[in-house]
Amino acid sequence: MPDMIEKSAPAGEDAIPAQRGGAVAEAKAEKPRSLGLDAWHDLRKRPVFIISAVLIVVLVLFAIAPGLFTSVDPRAGDLSKHYLSKPNYLHLFQADWFGYDGQGRSIYARMIYGARASMVVGICVTAGVTIVGGLLGMAAGYYGGWVDTIISRFTDMAFGIPLLLGALVILNAFQVRTVWSVVFALVVLGWTQMTRVMRGSVITVKQSDYVTAAKALGAGTGRIMFKHILPNAIAPVIVVATIALGGYIAAEATLSFLGIGLQDPTISWGIDINSAQKVIRQAPFVLFFPAGMLSVTVLAFIMLGDAVRDALDPKLR
Amino acid sequence: MGHYVLRRVLQMIPVFFGATLLIFLMVYSLPGDPIAAMFGDKAADPAQVASLRHQYYLDQPLWKQYLHYMNNIFHLDFGTSFTGRPVSEIMADAFPVTIRLALVAFFFEIFIGLPLGLIAGLYRGSIADTLVLVLTLIVISIPVFVLGYIAQTIFAINLGWVTATVQDSTDITQLILPGLVLASLSLAYVARLTRTSIGENLRADYMRTAVAKGLPRQTVIGRHLLRNSLIPVVTFLGTDLGALMGGAIVTEGIFNIAGVGNVLYKAINQKEGPTVVGIVTVLVLVYLVASLVVDLLYAVLDPRIRYA
Repeated sequence: MPDMIEKSAPAGEDAIPAQRGGAVAEAKAEKPRSLGLDAWHDLRKRPVFIISAVLIVVLVLFAIAPGLFTSVDPRAGDLSKHYLSKPNYLHLFQADWFGYDGQGRSIYARMIYGARASMVVGICVTAGVTIVGGLLGMAAGYYGGWVDTIISRFTDMAFGIPLLLGALVILNAFQVRTVWSVVFALVVLGWTQMTRVMRGSVITVKQSDYVTAAKALGAGTGRIMFKHILPNAIAPVIVVATIALGGYIAAEATLSFLGIGLQDPTISWGIDINSAQKVIRQAPFVLFFPAGMLSVTVLAFIMLGDAVRDALDPKLR
Repeated sequence: MGHYVLRRVLQMIPVFFGATLLIFLMVYSLPGDPIAAMFGDKAADPAQVASLRHQYYLDQPLWKQYLHYMNNIFHLDFGTSFTGRPVSEIMADAFPVTIRLALVAFFFEIFIGLPLGLIAGLYRGSIADTLVLVLTLIVISIPVFVLGYIAQTIFAINLGWVTATVQDSTDITQLILPGLVLASLSLAYVARLTRTSIGENLRADYMRTAVAKGLPRQTVIGRHLLRNSLIPVVTFLGTDLGALMGGAIVTEGIFNIAGVGNVLYKAINQKEGPTVVGIVTVLVLVYLVASLVVDLLYAVLDPRIRYA
C-alpha cells in the first residue's frame, strides 16, 4: 500500500495541498474495503436500490410529517361529498384529488396519514425480531450443546404456529388495540425466523481461523461474540430483516383488514381497504388508492431487500 | 436412514406438545367468559353455569385442562364446541373443502410457476426473463386481500366469467379463481426459485461435460439441468402444500369458502376455544409431517445428501 501513495502523488512537496489531499483519498479507496463498505459501493450504482431508497425516504417523510403534504384533516368526514362525487384528478394535492371515501373523508389525506402506522409497525417489528431472534440465535449457535437444544426446540415449537393465526389469537386478547399491540403480537410470533438464520450464520463463522486466533489470544466470550462473530455473521440477518419488513407491513394491513388489527381512530391502509369493499362496485377508486399505496410500500422494501442481498452475497458477485 | 427418521420422529414429539400447549394457553387465557356468553343477555342460572363449566372441564386449573384435552386427543376425541357440535364433525366439514382448494392452488404453482421460472432461467437477461422478474415482484408486493378483490371485481363482477363467491366447493370451476389468488404468492416464489436454481446450475461442471459430450439440448436440459435444479423447488413446494392445508383465512373469507381458514377465523372471534385448539392441533401435526417428508424427499432427490 505505501508505494501506491508514492505513485499517485509523484509531485511530492511541490503538489498543492488540495491535490495532495485528493491523492491520499484515492489511495485510501484502494485499501481493502470491509464487506459493508463494499456492499455500499455496489449498492449506490444499482437502479433498483436507488428507486426503492427514494420511495422509502418519501414514505418515511409521510410518516414523520404528513402535514407537509396535505393540510386536510384525514378524519374529517363530510357526508355531502362522499364517494359518489368522483375524484378530480386535476386537483393535485387537494382534498378531492383521489376523491372521498364512504364517509366523505379525503382519500388523498388518508393515504398520506396511513403511512405512519405501517412504517412504525414495520420498523418496530423488524427491530424487535432482529434483537430477540439475533440474541437467541447467537447464543444457540455459539454455545451449542444443551443451550442450542433448548433454544432450537423452543424455536421449532413457536415456528409451528402460523403467523396470521397466532396474531389473531393474541390480538383478540386486547380490548383496545393500538399500534403497539400489533407490534407486540408480530414480534412474539416472528422472532423464530431470525433465530434460525442467525444460528446458522454463527455456526459457520464460529469455525473461522480468526475466531480461533481471538480465543488463543485470550479474548473473552463477549468480545469474541460481538467483535469477531457478530460483524461477520450479520449479513444474512440484514437481508432477511429487510425483506421481512415489507412482509410485516403487509401483515399489519391484513390484520387491520380482517378487523382484528388496528382500530378506527388510527389511520391504516388495511382498515381503509376493508371499508372500501362495501362500495367497491360503485367506486373502485376508494379501494384502489390505499391498496396501491400499500403495494408500493411493500414493493419498495422487497426491492431494497433484493438489492441488499445482491450486494452482500459474495457468491453472486 | 432408518435411524434418521426415528430421531426426527422423536424430536417431533416435544415440538408437538410444546406448540399445542402454546396455542392452548393463548386461547384459554383470553379474557372473556364463553359460558356467560352462551346465555346472551339473559341472567345466567348459577347452577346451570356450574354444570356447564364442569361439562367443558373449565372448572379445573389450566394445566389439568390441557392434560385432559391431550388425553382425549389420543382417543381421537377433539371435544365439543360451545355450540354443542363435536369439533371432529366441524373439521370433517371444513378440511375436504380446504384440501380441494389447496390442490387447485398447488396445481397452478406447478404448472404456471415452474415453466415461468424455467424460461426465465434458461434465457437470462432476455425480455421474457425481465418480464417474469417484474411480474413476480408485483405479485409478491400486492397483499393477497387486495389481489383477491381485484380478481373478484374484474373476473366475476365486470366480466362475469365466474361466480363471485363459491357456492359449491365440489365444483372445481368455481375454485379456479380463488385457487389462483391463493397460489399467486407461492407461484411467484416458485418461478423465482426455479430461475435462480437454473441460473446456478447452468454454470456447473456437469453441464459443460454434458454439452461437450455432444448430448442433444433436450437431454442436457431435461436429464441434467432440470433434475438438479428442481431439488430446492420441490422442497419449497412440499412445505407450501403443508401451509396451504392450513387454509387461507383471507382468500376463503373473500370468496366465502367454508374451509378451515374461514371456520378458524370465526371460531377465534367467537372465542370458541375447543374448535380453535382442535384445528390448530391438526395443523401443527400436518406441518410437522410435511417438514419431515420434505427432509426425506431431499435425500431421495439428491443422492449426494446422506442422512447417517
